[in-house]
Amino acid sequence: MSCAQTFTDYAFRALGYGERALPKADISLCEQIVLIGSGLIWNVYFAVVALGFGFFFASLVAFGRASDRKWLSLPAATFIFLVRGSPLFIQFFIVYETFVLLPKVGWDINLGFIEIGIETRWLTRAWLGAAIVLFLNTSAYTAQIFYGALKSVPRGDIEAARAIGMNTVQINRRIIWPTMLRLAWPSYTNEAIFLFHATALVFFSSFPAWQQRGDSLYYASYFADKTFNPFVPYPIIAGFFILFTILLILLFGWANKRLNRHLS
Amino acid sequence: MFNHCADPSLVDGLSWWSCYLTTGKHINFYQSFLVVFALLLLTVPIILAFGFAGALARRSRMLPVRWFGLGYTSMVRGIPDIIFFLFVPIAMDQGIEYLRHQWKCSDWLEPVRQGNDFVVCTAAKMPLGISPQWVHETYGFLLATLAFAIVFGAFAANTLHGALGAVPKAQLETAAAFGMSRGQIFRRIHLPQMWAYALPGLSNLWMILIKATPLLFLLGVEDIVYWARELGGTKTARFAYPHPDWRLGYFLVLLVFYLGLTWVSEKFFNNLTRRVSKGQTTIGGTV
Amino acid sequence: MKLTTLLTTAALATGIASASMADAIRMGTEGAYPPYNFVNDAGEVDGFEREVGDALCERAELECTWVTNDWDSIIPNLVSGNYDTIIAGMSITDERDEVIDFTSEYFPPDPSTYVALAGYDGDLSGAVVAAQTSTIQASYIASSGATLVEFATPEETVAAVRNGEADAVLADDAFLADIVNASNGELAFTGEPVSIGGGIGMGIRESDTELKDKMNAAIASIKADGTLTALIAKWFDGRMVKY
Repeated sequence: MSCAQTFTDYAFRALGYGERALPKADISLCEQIVLIGSGLIWNVYFAVVALGFGFFFASLVAFGRASDRKWLSLPAATFIFLVRGSPLFIQFFIVYETFVLLPKVGWDINLGFIEIGIETRWLTRAWLGAAIVLFLNTSAYTAQIFYGALKSVPRGDIEAARAIGMNTVQINRRIIWPTMLRLAWPSYTNEAIFLFHATALVFFSSFPAWQQRGDSLYYASYFADKTFNPFVPYPIIAGFFILFTILLILLFGWANKRLNRHLS
Repeated sequence: MFNHCADPSLVDGLSWWSCYLTTGKHINFYQSFLVVFALLLLTVPIILAFGFAGALARRSRMLPVRWFGLGYTSMVRGIPDIIFFLFVPIAMDQGIEYLRHQWKCSDWLEPVRQGNDFVVCTAAKMPLGISPQWVHETYGFLLATLAFAIVFGAFAANTLHGALGAVPKAQLETAAAFGMSRGQIFRRIHLPQMWAYALPGLSNLWMILIKATPLLFLLGVEDIVYWARELGGTKTARFAYPHPDWRLGYFLVLLVFYLGLTWVSEKFFNNLTRRVSKGQTTIGGTV
Repeated sequence: MKLTTLLTTAALATGIASASMADAIRMGTEGAYPPYNFVNDAGEVDGFEREVGDALCERAELECTWVTNDWDSIIPNLVSGNYDTIIAGMSITDERDEVIDFTSEYFPPDPSTYVALAGYDGDLSGAVVAAQTSTIQASYIASSGATLVEFATPEETVAAVRNGEADAVLADDAFLADIVNASNGELAFTGEPVSIGGGIGMGIRESDTELKDKMNAAIASIKADGTLTALIAKWFDGRMVKY
């Protein structure tokens, strides 16, 4: 089988498209690279979803943590402590075990133009359940980073904004939030890298793979198991991760430039 | 452990629990907490050593050494630790055995790789096949320690590199003006000053290290996660203490353990930061 | 040519092994698959395979140490030499036989059976079926029409049926029988048993022909004098296997 053929068969296998049976015997290097790359779709998906939603939620939590009102700052501080104080591995396990205990029910939500069915059993699937765990995890870490940055926003900036007549909401949105981001960005880049790497834990800890659709580590360990040789699939997946980590760093570097473009 | 536990099927209530929680398996579980502490305490000096080596390599005046330092720190940062742990310890184990094989059995004619098998002479086995089980376990644990140290040493190198660069240049120049040699400047001025800048990064690293310890069981070490899974699993009537799936309960115990450990660590580092930054010209410093 | 090399290799290995090794070997098992093998309340490896293994070691005059290893990496750790045998309810299959060698079987082919919540009467060929990762049952379901859900440990596969994640679990009959008995009627066998894989043998490195021969001789000996028949009856609810 040619490598091009392998690519069409397996490039989207992780999503359930293409050849159903995974390679079993005479496994070629090409098959390993293609399938592990296919699984990487899930790693990128988890990272994008968790970081995308987590960014905004973390901003809210950070402002809550910095608030003078106890009923806001206490829950925020507790949330940050619980998540940052425990290993992600154990969070995955506990959340999964809790989700499977939920009654399996479904609701139909009518949005007027379209009806959406929502079912609780989706929570036990990696695409939703694991995404939620990763989202909460990165939210807590990011909130702590943002909270630290928030406290270092120069007082003079805020006073200047007040002097030209901005109200509290405007000051928060136009002065404090952007300055906080600028200060937090280097640490936030690190957190994004950690989160991306943590996506490899999804199928390794608690969430089961359905119909052999898994992330890159799922396929890497599948090959390590079939070929009984860990020295090919694991370096391949390591290479993929290094490549995507570099891309991530470039992306965040570009965002950093934009955040700082007004500074000389 | 207790006399009334001789026949577990006869006891119930509190005495059942007193028997259940003191079985040999539970004692193993309690001891495995010590394994976690041992790993933490053993790795820290090695991590710092690797970190210093990496940071100094990156500041070296020789280009190849600088490249090596940069390569080490950025490569390990690019690979998820879990993937690193899945093949590096096996590679290290085989590497060590291969070297011993070359040294001890140079008259051995057959190839070391036979198909899928990795075969070295009996004398080169690490540890020797005849060694008692605790030697094997200790060896496995040391390999795990080394794997952890390599990964976290890279992060420490990053932090220390940054901290060395953060010490105000003027201080070093002043020291040079006093006629101190390069070594003297480094030991007396640069290094002591650096700690205040490195501490936030290092304390963060310690927190990450604590939370990475559940991955020990991936390295074949029988750690707290291993025993929690093992003890929590459904026990049929074949076992002396049958019970349904209690894994969630055991993992909640682990959760509390980790929360406690990170909480204590945070308190400790807050104190330390206050002490180290005394007299420093940073925000946290008191003049 | 190839044959000669192989022969000298074997001869050399035998010579060195008997000269320096005090006949100590390490037995690798999973320790999570009762009644085949499990870790008992004292924290020691126990079960059918513990007793078979100890009997074999006695016959072969070997000093055996028991070690546990996760199922996923049980074969890689054998070939890289962390232990010398796998004795973990492992069926003899062609796929595995390409990488490691097996002794003759010490347990006959055991049909795999489905277990579901009592009262389940759905069509198994289109159902959601749980199995442990990298078992013969997992690859059987993957190539059938059913939907495979994979878990890392046997424990989780049964839990998935209990909490409704999966319709049924497919595993060795003897393992499931214990669970069904202990479930107070919550779980029940369903569908037809399927025969996949051969009997259970001990996995040994391909280069380790000497150990394989010793173990084969020992297995023949415990089969001949009825020791094995008695052990099977003891651990598998009086099942009678004639050798």
